[in-house]
Amino acid sequence: MSWTRKILRVNLSKGTCTPEALNMDWAKAYLGQRGLASKYLVEEVDPTCDALGPDNKLIMATGPLTGTMASTAGRYSVVCKSPLTGAIAASNSGGFLGAEMKFAGWDMIIFEGKSEKPVYLLMQDDKVELRSADAIWGKSAWETDDILHATHQDPQMRIACIGRTAEAGCLYAAVMNDKHRAAGRSGVGTVMASKNLKAVAIRGTGGIGNLEDAKKFMDAVDAGKQVLADGAVTGQGLPIYGTQVLMNVINGVGGLPAHNMRDVGFEGAGDISAEAMAEPRKSDGKPNLTTNAGCFACTIACGRISTVDKTHFSVKDKPQYHGASGGLEYEAAWALGADTGVSDLDALTYVNFLCNEDGFDPITFGATVAAAMEMFGDGDLTTDDTDGIELKFGSAEALVAITELLVTGEGFAKDLGQGSKRLCDKYKRPELSMTVKSQEFPAYDPRGIQGIGLNYATSNRGACHLRGYTVASEVLGIPVKTEQNDAEGKPELVKAFQDATAVVDSAGLCLFTTFAWGMDNIAPQIDAACEGDWSVEGCLEAGERIWNMERIFNQAAGFTADDDKLPKRMLNEAIKGGPTDGQVSRLGEMLPKYYEIRGWNPQGEVTAETRKRLSL
Amino acid sequence: MKMYIEFYASLMKYLPPGNSRFRREVKVEDSLKLNRLIECYHISPEEAHLVLVNGHYIYHEDRPNRKLIEGDVVSIWPPVAGG
Repeated sequence: MSWTRKILRVNLSKGTCTPEALNMDWAKAYLGQRGLASKYLVEEVDPTCDALGPDNKLIMATGPLTGTMASTAGRYSVVCKSPLTGAIAASNSGGFLGAEMKFAGWDMIIFEGKSEKPVYLLMQDDKVELRSADAIWGKSAWETDDILHATHQDPQMRIACIGRTAEAGCLYAAVMNDKHRAAGRSGVGTVMASKNLKAVAIRGTGGIGNLEDAKKFMDAVDAGKQVLADGAVTGQGLPIYGTQVLMNVINGVGGLPAHNMRDVGFEGAGDISAEAMAEPRKSDGKPNLTTNAGCFACTIACGRISTVDKTHFSVKDKPQYHGASGGLEYEAAWALGADTGVSDLDALTYVNFLCNEDGFDPITFGATVAAAMEMFGDGDLTTDDTDGIELKFGSAEALVAITELLVTGEGFAKDLGQGSKRLCDKYKRPELSMTVKSQEFPAYDPRGIQGIGLNYATSNRGACHLRGYTVASEVLGIPVKTEQNDAEGKPELVKAFQDATAVVDSAGLCLFTTFAWGMDNIAPQIDAACEGDWSVEGCLEAGERIWNMERIFNQAAGFTADDDKLPKRMLNEAIKGGPTDGQVSRLGEMLPKYYEIRGWNPQGEVTAETRKRLSL
Repeated sequence: MKMYIEFYASLMKYLPPGNSRFRREVKVEDSLKLNRLIECYHISPEEAHLVLVNGHYIYHEDRPNRKLIEGDVVSIWPPVAGG
């Protein structure tokens, strides 16, 4: 079905599970997943509430195409107010859980209140119930997945859950699903833990129907799949090399930050790149990369399945990590690697396993470790603070030790688990936190790639590349090449990417399709499946509406134009050496124009006219 | 003159034998044009998607007339993306 038109409301305080009809007026304006769940959140949650209190809600939502045969149509999002940023959070994940929720007959699940004791939700088609999580509370995400599968004796059950870091209060804990996929950013897992909700276990046996025009839909889907197959990036580049192929590209163009973004350019980039992952190891002749992998209905299959060298110091006495598991993606490899100065591919792969096993965001974690390393180098932190760990840039041993410590939630892990903003504030070096709205940057330096800096500054969930991936145009030439060092034209580029991304994130599709698909490929699939106007123009208007709705939530939560800023390092400390030598972010040139084309006033507030135009 | 070539991802197969993972020092005629260099290694225009000289992107239309000089580093990728 496009929309099942049915949602489940779970009141954890009362222990009740209540089906309700989907609000179709909202669905026709906000599509699904990120957009529609955010609409429910905006209507039901006070933006000023405590993100970890019972008044916050946690919404798991599919898109109208989730579960269909459209390529990559397996996505779902977790939406809530973020404990890391205080802003709206919408974290997107692939795997198979989203489609399973659809097969069970539900568009979304709204969790509200807080359970007195740890519970998990069991959803088997129409049968839904809360069960005691006594047997899984305190377990890792991987153990939880295994125990629930064993308990219910159903290998096809799909599970989303939190690990031990969420339970320990780490502010950037993820909601893991299918073991290796994550709704990773902004601490959505921490909110789940705050509700004493350990897991959601879903089995659906229903089919897909109720498409607005099934024949037209299948024609549009077939045409879309052909475009992906013919596209050099989606047909060859991503399945063979994965996202990690970017490591050398971004380093080559002078856009790869290193050492807590103190430097741009990392000499170890080649050693932790996609190409290195494919090289046979000396010890056993096998490469780090075992195979690629795809999520539900995906015809790209960019996922990485990797192994760590069994003789490597990190795992030699830990046979449980000798098997193949979710491998490095570019963002994780950058944050855990280049940003910390670590170029040991096996160490990074092992640490990435731990991020999956216990469910925490490798970007924020890696960047927080990098900030701690810079403070350690400057003498602001000593081994007395770090539980004896020599937290030096480039030390794989330190990275492994600090990651294992984080999972325990003990000692310095309590500081690390707060993210770099709070960590740097505590140790009186606030300027060393590389964040926007308290969320850490991903793997592109805003001094070397101008548009992505504007996107970071204005992203509704804090620094994030996935809100408007202008790198596609500024570096990779998709759909057309723009100059990475130009500020002119970037406000328009950023707005276009942000609005289009909001559509993809609300449809049930993966953003990576946009390396081959334009909105003229996406809109016909949505339009054939769904009631309403889902022409290209209709889709883009919905995207703009979703963006502005998120902005209005953040304004009500207390965010102002003063929060649309980059750290001083990005504005004042020029890049030294390389092709972007001498550059700083020219955010100040871009931001006023961005506000103007958004239809906001000079203070960055959504105006009455814009609200009216977008029916907000 | 001496210069450097760097081929990445699926283009690594075009690298002459050598020890470095991506880079080779090569001797070429003075003032060689960028497009000619790419042709010398049998890399098709479709494969040579992202072409940098010393880290700076060179547009397709500028490649035929772009003269290379001693010490230049030419880096080439096929169409790739990630995020």
